[in-house]
Amino acid sequence: MSTDLRDLYQETIVDHARRPRNFGPLPEASHQAEGFNPLCGDRLTLRLKVVGGLIEDARFEGVGCAISTASASLMTEALKGLNEQQAEALFLGFHSMLTGGIPVSGSVLGKLDVLTGVREFPSRIKCATLAWHALHAALHAEKQPVSTE
Amino acid sequence: MLSALNTSPTARLPALDVARLRQDFPILQRAVHGQPLVYLDNAATSQKPWSVIEAERHYYAHYNANIHRGVHQMSQEATEAYEAARDRVRDFIHASSREEIIFTRGTTESINLVASSYGQRMQAGDEILITEMEHHSNIVPWQLLCLRSGALLRVAPIDDAGQLNVARFAELLGPRTRLVALSHMSNALGSINPVKQLVELAHQVGAVVLLDGAQAVAHLPVNVMDIDCDFYAFSGHKLYGPTGIGVLYARRAILDSMPPYQGGGDMIREVRFAGSSWNDLPYKFEAGTPNIAGGIGLGAALDYIGGVGLAAIAAHESELLRYATALAADFSGLTPIGTAADKGAILSFTLAGIHPHDIGTILDSCGVAVRTGHHCAMPVMEHFGVPATVRASFALYNTRHEIDTLFQGLTKAREMFG
Repeated sequence: MSTDLRDLYQETIVDHARRPRNFGPLPEASHQAEGFNPLCGDRLTLRLKVVGGLIEDARFEGVGCAISTASASLMTEALKGLNEQQAEALFLGFHSMLTGGIPVSGSVLGKLDVLTGVREFPSRIKCATLAWHALHAALHAEKQPVSTE
Repeated sequence: MLSALNTSPTARLPALDVARLRQDFPILQRAVHGQPLVYLDNAATSQKPWSVIEAERHYYAHYNANIHRGVHQMSQEATEAYEAARDRVRDFIHASSREEIIFTRGTTESINLVASSYGQRMQAGDEILITEMEHHSNIVPWQLLCLRSGALLRVAPIDDAGQLNVARFAELLGPRTRLVALSHMSNALGSINPVKQLVELAHQVGAVVLLDGAQAVAHLPVNVMDIDCDFYAFSGHKLYGPTGIGVLYARRAILDSMPPYQGGGDMIREVRFAGSSWNDLPYKFEAGTPNIAGGIGLGAALDYIGGVGLAAIAAHESELLRYATALAADFSGLTPIGTAADKGAILSFTLAGIHPHDIGTILDSCGVAVRTGHHCAMPVMEHFGVPATVRASFALYNTRHEIDTLFQGLTKAREMFG
C-alpha cells in the first residue's frame, strides 16, 4: 500500500468511520445545520446544544464516506466543552490545515491531526470539511430556533 | 470501411488484437501513483488514439482557418475537412442526409437545442415522457421546458434490475404526449433500451422521440433510420473523439419546422434590421464559429472506429463485461447495481460497509481509474437506495488483466475496511 494511502486511512480514521462517535439525534439541540456534498452525495445533519455560549453536546447523523464520517465524528468529540469562539477558531484552524493556509500547530487540533493526510488528496478535501462547514453554518444561524418537528 | 457494421451478428468476428490497439492510445503508456494506468472510466470519457490527436494538431499546424466564409485556400481546406467529418457522422449513424447532422458541443447541448427550439411548440397540459434511468442532461432541460410552457413531465419507472418497465412506459403514453426522451443505453446502469419498440409505441400516439445516445454510440452500431427515432444526440468524447464536439441528428422535416436555436453568424442567409432569414440546413442550427478542430477530430475518431469495427469492439466489450460480472458475483459484499438482460459494458456496484468514494481513492492508488458517485443520475441512485456507486466501464482497449487489477484493488479496500 502506498504511504499516502496509509496516511489518509489511518487507524483512527477507519475506526471513527466504522464506529462514529456522537452519531444520532439530539432532541435538545439549540443549533442545527445540514451539510451536503453534491459531488458525492454525502449528506449530514449536525446538531449542537449550546448553553450560555458553551457547546454542551454535539451530535450528527447522515451518510458519507470514511473521511467525512470520521471527520464529523472527531469534530463532535473536539467540540464538547468549547465556547463558540473556540469552536470557530477550531474551524478556521482545521480549514487552513487542509487548504494550506496559515500553519497550525498540532496541539491546537489535537486528535484532529490524523486528518492531515487528506491534504495529499485534493479530491477528498471537501469530504473532510463537510461537517465543519455545517458547524460554521450552525453557529452562524444561532438566532434561528431549531424546529422541533 | 464500415464492413464490420454490415457483418451479421451471428457471424464469427475475429478477436481484437488489443495489445496492438493499445499502442494507438498514448495515454495508456502512463503510470498513475507508480502503477500502470488501468483506465476503466470510459463511460465518463474515453481515451483518444493518436490519429485523433494528430488530426487536431494537423489542423492547427497546417490549415487553421475559419470555415464557410473565406475564399482563401486554408479556409477551403478547413471547410472541406469539417464537412467531410459531417459526412462521416452521417455514415456512422446511417442518417439519410448530411443536412440532418448538426454539430453541437455535446449531447447536453444537443438535448438543450431540441428543448429550446422544438420545445417552443409545447403548450400547457402537453406531456413529455422520460424514464427513471435518465442522465441529468436528459431530465433538467425538460424540467426547464415544463416550467416555461406549462407542459407536464411524466417518468416511466425502471425495475430492480435497472430495466425500463415497458408496460408502464406504454401506459404513460397518451394523447397529450408530445415528446418522449430516453437514453439508448444508461450511463449509470448499462441497461440498453429496446428503442425500436419504444419509438414505435411513441409514434402510435403521435409523439416525437429523442434518444440520448451518449453511451450507446461507442458500443453498438446505431442506425437512426432503422430505429426510426426523430432525434438522436451524442458526444464525440465518449467515442474516442475530442471533447466539446457533439451531434444532433434530426429528421429533416422536423428541422425544417423548427425555429433557430442560437442566433449569430453562419446561421443566417440575410440580415436586415427589418428582419433576417435563416440559412439552409444544417447551418440554420449552427450559429458562430464552431469547434472546427473538434469536428475534424471526431471525423478521425469515426475513421478509427470504422477501421477496428464496431461489431468487433462490441463483442470484445461484452466478453469483458461477462468476465467482470462473473468476478463480481463471487466477490463477497459486492452488490451489482444494474443487472439488465441487455446491457452495455458498464459494471456499477456497491461494496458493503465501504463508501464508493473510499473505494475510488483506494483503486486510484492502484492506478485504477473508475467513476464513483451518482453518475449524474440521482434518481437512479434513489431508486436503488444508495447515495453513490462505483462504476467500471470498458472500452476497446481494456483487458481481462485490467479487470483482475480492479478486483485486486477491491480486495485491498475490503482488507482496509473489512
